[in-house]
Amino acid sequence: MGIAAFDEIMGAADRDGARPELADLCRWLDETPSDELRRRQRSAEVTFRQLGITFAVYGESEASERIIPFDIVPRVFLADEWARLSEGLVQRVEAINAFLVDIYGERRILKEGVLPADLILGNPQFRPEIAGIRPPHDVWAHICGIDLVRTGPDQFYVLEDNARTPSGVSYMLENREAMVRLCPELFAKFRVAAVDSYPDMLLETMKSVAPRGSGQHPNCVLLTPGHYNSAYYEHSFLADSMGIELVEAADLVVDDDLVYMRTIAGRVKVDVIYRRVDDDFLDPLVFRPESLLGVPGLIAAYAAGNVAIINAPGNGIADDKAIYSYMPEIVRFYSGGEAKLPIVETWRCREPAALRYVLDHLDELVVKLVDGSGGYGMLVGPTASTAEIERFRAALVAEPHRYIAQPTLALSTVPTLVEQGVAPRHVDFRPFVLSGARGVQVVPGGLTRVALREGSLVVNSSQGGGTKDSFVLMPGAPAMSQTMGTQASVGMTQTLGGMSQTLGGA
Amino acid sequence: MRLSIEHRTSYRFTAPQARIVQLLRMTPRNSHDQTVAEWHIAVDCDARLREHRDGFGNRTTMLYAEGPLDGIEIAVSGEVVTSTSRGVLHGTFEPLPPALYLRATPTTVADAAIEDFARAAVGDAAPIGALHALNRALHERFAVAVERPDPSLAAADAFARATATPRDLAQLFVAAARALAVPARYVTGYCDLQDGRSATPHGWAEAWVDDLGWVGFDPTLGESPEEHHVRVAVALDATGSSPVAGSRLGEGRECLEVEVQVSAQE
Repeated sequence: MGIAAFDEIMGAADRDGARPELADLCRWLDETPSDELRRRQRSAEVTFRQLGITFAVYGESEASERIIPFDIVPRVFLADEWARLSEGLVQRVEAINAFLVDIYGERRILKEGVLPADLILGNPQFRPEIAGIRPPHDVWAHICGIDLVRTGPDQFYVLEDNARTPSGVSYMLENREAMVRLCPELFAKFRVAAVDSYPDMLLETMKSVAPRGSGQHPNCVLLTPGHYNSAYYEHSFLADSMGIELVEAADLVVDDDLVYMRTIAGRVKVDVIYRRVDDDFLDPLVFRPESLLGVPGLIAAYAAGNVAIINAPGNGIADDKAIYSYMPEIVRFYSGGEAKLPIVETWRCREPAALRYVLDHLDELVVKLVDGSGGYGMLVGPTASTAEIERFRAALVAEPHRYIAQPTLALSTVPTLVEQGVAPRHVDFRPFVLSGARGVQVVPGGLTRVALREGSLVVNSSQGGGTKDSFVLMPGAPAMSQTMGTQASVGMTQTLGGMSQTLGGA
Repeated sequence: MRLSIEHRTSYRFTAPQARIVQLLRMTPRNSHDQTVAEWHIAVDCDARLREHRDGFGNRTTMLYAEGPLDGIEIAVSGEVVTSTSRGVLHGTFEPLPPALYLRATPTTVADAAIEDFARAAVGDAAPIGALHALNRALHERFAVAVERPDPSLAAADAFARATATPRDLAQLFVAAARALAVPARYVTGYCDLQDGRSATPHGWAEAWVDDLGWVGFDPTLGESPEEHHVRVAVALDATGSSPVAGSRLGEGRECLEVEVQVSAQE
């Protein structure tokens, strides 16, 4: 793209040699022959295929189940970089939670005029059906996957807050397991924070938000839409790792405002549900009446305070594209301070001055439909044809309120093994943040997605994106070995299709 | 006025059901012009009932019954004392801001025909006058159909017909008012001005007028509700405020019978 990008290992584009802290990694890259790297990468991919971590590409036949390409070169966060990033993530997730408490409760943020009321009240993601319900312990956004891009050592920008049912954590765990097995020497060179405690952290989070009165050992389950769902592998993997039941809607019944799981031995009360089904399919009595997937009465049990649902129904209003540009205001309103993690500069075309600017700079900007997804209805100005730009100009003039625009950013790169050897490729990052009754914690790792095509900013798995392990270095001296947790169950499929997005500076 | 209400809802199943879970919106709230003197919900089988309040502020009841069940009958009876404020509501429980009721639902989308009709009906009248004009225009355009409403019929399709049920008229009012940027909602309840017994509860609409608050409009009558109406539940559309949202576990078809009787004593 011709933009001078910050390389996370080699440093700024105009400097020679690696960043000093990562000289060892650079040396490892230089000293390990490409063929050897390629061999290890293939070995990892064979394992993933055996595990069945594959995804189906939309529009292709069933035969084209693919694995998401795995890149053997890790991406590394220094301890102090990570500490600062974590502070920003905690602040942001705390604000998201406070926003959800408020917006389904008192709506102070609307009464004080910080957000335009129609932005919330007219938004289909604001669910009036659950207004007034208070989830156990007032926690709404138990698991957030905050998508970030980076342009410098401490320059992170939030692209998207995933506060509904973010996926991808199984890649974080499986990629690490592969790296420990295939590149043990890296874990001797660097003290890498372990991620294999994620299932334990998640289970602790679940237990912490159990309704009061659930007793010492609340019963937690994972609710999946079933094995046809593209992320079923992750569902079964997580349930298995946590040692909890994997259930489908038909396994759950609600009686007298209590949720039960059917078992061979009879009904067992359920206290906490980690659901990987969308709001629409939770309870046919409250949401979509035609849904066969839901649990009738579930929302009543939830409203009565008898079950915790993770994440809370209604969270879509917090990570909606139309809300995104207001996140700095939202963070300021609830935290009392400026947002430590910025968003990408965003022009709201509903505002006349912003619209004028956007129309004057269409060839430099990325223009997005507020209510679109998956790259539909998007203009990437720098690579668009004149005809495309003119089509968007007309659309913007006709319906400005439906669009936002953002600059294209010089996204960071990480050395990546490609056909010609090792070369820089653009990456994004999804860290996972857990919120329980006892506070917010950031898992020291995450999912790094890499655009494998040279110059490409698109990390979608369906469009040539891959994944990398994400090392978070621990403070203090290097070197330590690391052990991994138990292996995963096998034979299912999964996709990243649900978390697809484009990095075009947006 | 004292209105006494009998509302019987009966489901018969062609095959026994293992379980039934229903969400009932069958309990009116008190307000300035509506005092619930007596109210009972009786179920003809062994069922557990739990009281709730939904996001719109309606009182709801969860019903849980274990099978095998060939049918279930819910009998509601009660007496409500009403007075009149000429359609303007006072003292209702309103947990949501009026602007929420600007959003369309799948059955209340106003197409161009509805929007044109609404604009032509209201002309350049002031807000409250415009809404009365819209209400009368809908009343005059359609003959009232007495059959049981089709619960999936959307406003745009209803508009194309020559006759309309009270439900369809109310949904048309709601869709048209929203097209004019007026918050509007559907009301389920009872009215004694329909002939004696009817096969369904009544439905009408309410719209938000800035200086007045929520105001009722009954396009079936072409007037605002006064003391002949008992409000039970409100929502964005008829489905959202329907008396029963149900689910059953078992094979077979169901046959629904509803009988409503509202009688007034001065």
